[in-house]
Amino acid sequence: MEFLDRYESLVDDHEAFVAACSEPLPTVVRVNTIRASVERTLLALDDAGIGYERRGWNDRVLELDVEKPGRTWPYYHGWLHGQEEVSSLPAAVLDPGERERVWDACAAPGGKATQLSALMEDTGTVVANDQNLGRLSALRHNAERLGVTNLAVTCADARNYSLSPFPFEAFDRTLVDAPCSCEGTIRKNRDVAEEWSLGHVESVAGIQKGVLRRAVQATREGGTVVYSTCTFAPEENEAVLDHVLSAESCAVVPFETELAHDPGVREWRGAEYDPSVEHARRFYPHRNDTGGFFCAKLEVGP
Amino acid sequence: MSDDRDGGGRDGDRENVGERFGRLPATADERAVPGRATREEVLAYFEERFGIPRGSFDGHTFWEKGAGKLWAYAGEADSGIEVEALGITLLRTRQEHWKPTTSAALRFGGAATENVIDLGESEADAFVRGHDQRIEWDGDWGYLIAAHQLAGEREPLGVGLYLHGELRSVVPKGRQWD
Repeated sequence: MEFLDRYESLVDDHEAFVAACSEPLPTVVRVNTIRASVERTLLALDDAGIGYERRGWNDRVLELDVEKPGRTWPYYHGWLHGQEEVSSLPAAVLDPGERERVWDACAAPGGKATQLSALMEDTGTVVANDQNLGRLSALRHNAERLGVTNLAVTCADARNYSLSPFPFEAFDRTLVDAPCSCEGTIRKNRDVAEEWSLGHVESVAGIQKGVLRRAVQATREGGTVVYSTCTFAPEENEAVLDHVLSAESCAVVPFETELAHDPGVREWRGAEYDPSVEHARRFYPHRNDTGGFFCAKLEVGP
Repeated sequence: MSDDRDGGGRDGDRENVGERFGRLPATADERAVPGRATREEVLAYFEERFGIPRGSFDGHTFWEKGAGKLWAYAGEADSGIEVEALGITLLRTRQEHWKPTTSAALRFGGAATENVIDLGESEADAFVRGHDQRIEWDGDWGYLIAAHQLAGEREPLGVGLYLHGELRSVVPKGRQWD
C-alpha cells in the first residue's frame, strides 16, 4: 500500500485514508427500477428477513446485511444489481432524460450503463461500448438479467469510435468511466497494490485522454459528458481534463452531490492545471465508507 | 411502435445474415427474408400462448440475428445494423415449437395469464437450480412460464418445458443457483 503515500499532500487525514483503504467494503446494491419499484424491492427484502440501510443521497442505493446478495430472490429477478455505492454517482450526475441518445464509452461490465437505462425508464438509446469482448459478455449477462431493452452493445476502440451503425449524428450525453489504475478499488482487490506502477498510470492516462476527446466530439453542442475513474492519481484525473480542455471545445462545470468530497487539484508534482478542474470531485474512502473515486462533469461547447 | 419503418434495401431485409440484426417485417405481406417471423406472428404467439396483451410490446421493435433468434429492443436502429446486441433476447423461432427466453419471461411474463405454472417456495428453489421435477399440471404441455409469489404478487421465474408429468427447468446455467 506504499503507493498511497504519494497522495499524502492531497488528503488531509492521511492516516484515516490509509486505514479506510485496508477495510473491506460494505455490501451495496442498486435497485433496478426497470424491473421493480424501490418499495416493492424493500418489501421482498423484508419478507426474506434481509436487513438493509438506505442511502440518503440516492433512493435506489441500499446497503444489505448479507455478504452474497446474488443468492436472494430480488437479485434473481433482476430487481437488484451489486454496485459499489460511489459507482452509482456518475450516471446520476450525467442525469439522462427519457428518449435521449446516450453513449457509455467504456461500459463493461455494465453496472453504470444499465443504471443509465433505468434513469431513462428504459426508453431512448443507450449505446454501451467496450473494447474487450470478454468483459462485454459480462455486460450482456447483466443486461439480460436486469431486463434492459434500450441498450445497443458495440465492441470498438472508443478513441476513434464511429456512430455509423446508428441513425443519428451525435449523442445527447456521454459517460466516460475510463479504464484506470483502479487504486480506489483496493478495498475489494488487494492485487492493485502489487500491480501498481507509475508506468501503468502514465500509459493508461494516454488512453483516457483519447477516449475523453472522442466523447466530447461525439456529443452534441450543449450536451453533457461525465468523466469518472476509480483512481486517485491526478495524472489520470485532473491532467486528463486539462488536456481535453485545451484540445476540445468544452468546459468543466460544478455539480452538486451529498456525498462528502474534496475538490479537484490544481497542481501536482510540478504540473499546473486549468483552474476549472477544481469543479471535479474527489471521493476518498474514509469520507463516505466507499471505494475511491473521481468524477467530473463537462459541458460541450460549439 | 410498428415495424413498418424497415430501413429499406439493406441486406438485413433481404437475407438472414448472421452478424446483422434484421428488423422483423410487420406482416407476412412485407416479408422479404424467407423464414423470418413477422411482428404480427410474435405478438399473436405471446397473446395466444400466454395471454400477454399485444400492448405490452408497444415500445419495442423485434429483430432477428442468426437463424431464428429474436430480440426485443426499445432504442433507435435501422435494419441491417451490425452490433453485438440490441436489447434482450426474446424468442427462438425457425423451429416447430417456439421457445421464449428466460429474459423474456422475466421482463414481459408478468402480464401473462395463460400457461403460467405457479410454484411453491421449495419448487421455485429447485426450478432456479435447474432441477427437473414432477409436478401436477392440468393445462397444455410445452413451454410454460413458471412463477412464484414475491412481495405479495405473482412473479415469473423463467421458462419450463412441461412433458409427461414433469417440469423441466430451462433456466440458463449462468443464471441458475448452485
